Amino acid sequence: MTSLAASRCPFSGATGAPSSSADGPATHEAPRIASTAAVVDVDPFDEAVLANPHPMHEQLREAGRDLVYLPQYDTYAVARYEVVRETLENWQDFASGAGVGLSNFNREEPWRAPSLLLEADPPRHDAPRAALEKILGPRRLRHYESGWMDTAHRLVDSLLGQGIGSTRELDAVTAISEVYPLQVFPDAVGLTQGGLENLLPYGNFAFNAFGPRNRLVTDEMESIKPVMAWVAQQCPREALSAEGFGADIWARTDHRDLTEEQAPMIVRSLLTAGVDTTVYGISAVLYHLASNPEQYQRLRNDPSLVRRAFEEALRLESPVQTFFRTTTREVSIGGTTLPTDQKVLMFLGAANRDPRRWENPDAFDLDRNPSGHVAFGSGIHQCAGQHVARLEAACILIALLERVEHLEFAAAPERKINNTLLGWASLPLRLHTT
Amino acid sequence: MHDSIYQHGDDLVITQRTPVSDSVVELTLQRGNGGRLPDWAPGAHIDLILPSGRVRQYSLCGDRWQAHQYRVAVQRDPRGSGGSQEIHDQLRVGDRVRFGGPRNNFRLAPATEYRFIAGGIGITPLLPMIQQAEHLNILWRLLYLGRDQRRMAYRQLASRYSNQVTVHTSGHGHRASVKQWLGTPDPHTLVYACGPEHLLDALPDECAVLPPSQLRLERFSSPLADVPVSRESFDIVLSRSGRRITAKSSDSVVNVLSDAGIDVITSCSRGVCGTCEVGVIEGRVDHRDALLDDDERSRNDCMFPCVSRSLSDSLVLDL
Ligand code: FES
Repeated sequence: MTSLAASRCPFSGATGAPSSSADGPATHEAPRIASTAAVVDVDPFDEAVLANPHPMHEQLREAGRDLVYLPQYDTYAVARYEVVRETLENWQDFASGAGVGLSNFNREEPWRAPSLLLEADPPRHDAPRAALEKILGPRRLRHYESGWMDTAHRLVDSLLGQGIGSTRELDAVTAISEVYPLQVFPDAVGLTQGGLENLLPYGNFAFNAFGPRNRLVTDEMESIKPVMAWVAQQCPREALSAEGFGADIWARTDHRDLTEEQAPMIVRSLLTAGVDTTVYGISAVLYHLASNPEQYQRLRNDPSLVRRAFEEALRLESPVQTFFRTTTREVSIGGTTLPTDQKVLMFLGAANRDPRRWENPDAFDLDRNPSGHVAFGSGIHQCAGQHVARLEAACILIALLERVEHLEFAAAPERKINNTLLGWASLPLRLHTT
Repeated sequence: MHDSIYQHGDDLVITQRTPVSDSVVELTLQRGNGGRLPDWAPGAHIDLILPSGRVRQYSLCGDRWQAHQYRVAVQRDPRGSGGSQEIHDQLRVGDRVRFGGPRNNFRLAPATEYRFIAGGIGITPLLPMIQQAEHLNILWRLLYLGRDQRRMAYRQLASRYSNQVTVHTSGHGHRASVKQWLGTPDPHTLVYACGPEHLLDALPDECAVLPPSQLRLERFSSPLADVPVSRESFDIVLSRSGRRITAKSSDSVVNVLSDAGIDVITSCSRGVCGTCEVGVIEGRVDHRDALLDDDERSRNDCMFPCVSRSLSDSLVLDL
């Protein structure tokens, strides 16, 4: 194993940090250490990079090693498919309990009580995870399918009107992606008290908070407090309807599979991770279909490809771009040994376009089998709501395919900036109906 | 495109074989390429598909922090239907077996105190539970019952945790009083017991001091235990087109379908995530996933083709 004292800061043998320059990637390898991380002097949380991360992803993947060092945050990073997937799955060495953002909970106070799922490790992670896996599993979701399909039809009809052969212009983000999940998911959870407008700001803040304390976080510090209070009020048993995911979670306390302290925290997880992500996922597939009209026609001809279209869009877009892990002991990645308690940043979006794994990785291609993409993560922390996201996306896509002959951009789309999520603030579309 | 590292087979190699009592042998199992095995939690078991085609369930009794190996302990049962004897008499280090799962019907739920009751080889699922309770610093006690000291595996627990472990042998005629051992436990205590039927049948009465939801039992026998797995090939019939494809018994259904130009979307490729679920219209599935419980398996209306195969000569899929 490589000696660690030297490799914690790969610059320890170098004379100075390289700076980025416009005409080439700012990468080099630290001298004198036999095997070490490639140093890449980029800021993944710079707003221009957040708006268009793909050039940086390539730089990270092609820096010459499996492991990269980001001097600005004193953090290691992985961006190639295989090593990202391995890091995701290896919970024994790469913990989530110290937070999956930049902040290390072993040393810093989290902004809220840590999640029992996302920010926990086995054994504590076991019971909450087992409960949610069952409750959000594909067989349970069948119960919701026809209702969600009806809601999708109603939404699409209300947007397009009853007439045929017409053309509608709309912003798909504010008219579809941010609307449909809120029409089905809060109901399925069993929220009863109104105030649903809190859900998107809450998710948005939670995903910003995984990054550094930049403007995206500090600007919302005050306004998020009443939102947090609202979220907390939705989680007790009395606040939830008698049927739904929330009630299912609480029912587990009757059987002593969960404690009464755990149940509201797990409901909170649904409310944090269950809305923004599906909004971004639906926007992703609409964006790629609008950008690839011939693929939209393929999908119209063969609607059985909707699931594949969604997975392919998730692969390309990776709505959740990054998560951190923290080493639990000395671990070796690609010949470099990391010390204990070291943050490692995983670039899911970079892995999902790694040419080592995907042919023609930047193309949206319904002939491709997108199996194995890591947009939902992989391993014990893989998105527990993945089947919910898939069902929502499939319902709204099927409803659109039935009515929309083709679609195109009516104006240029605009990025939404978030420290963790990659998505769209606006997707102006022109929809031609049949 | 096949991804070599993440399209795992289900072959395991026996890398160690250690007697842990006069009648129990412990097997350490790893993938041929040393790769990571599917995750599990205390209480989980795997299906082992022995070279003869016999399928047997064994609790995982190793350390889940070692992601590259499974450990099971097998008691020789001269009156059984041959699985344990095959393992004891025929399986050697270097031999291969196939596996399914892990599945878990005996999960360790959160509690302030655990009481474990093992009857004989029923100690196996409790070992990782004890490790976990130690890890979380939660009070636990073990009552370990057996007929004969020499046949009881992992007896060293008693010396390692002498204050927490009570060993009782019935060889000289008197039976242990579980009720007495249990005493008046903290009301948030959970009791986990694994052992022979007669022991488990008596426990609801012996543990009446706690509500029934606080007593968790694991029985050795699974209703699905005795289905032999065919070594031959089987046919996959696609109901929508009527197409028929022949699969070798060692191929994964996902790969066979993909070679025939039909891509099923997968994610974990290990029977864990549920992404690849396919409806089954006819035929008996050889379920190897970690997702379905016994009831769901016996309904036979869906399968996870990344790991599961067929017990019948043909399998009609909703594809
Ligand atoms: S791909 Fe995960 S269960 Fe088959």
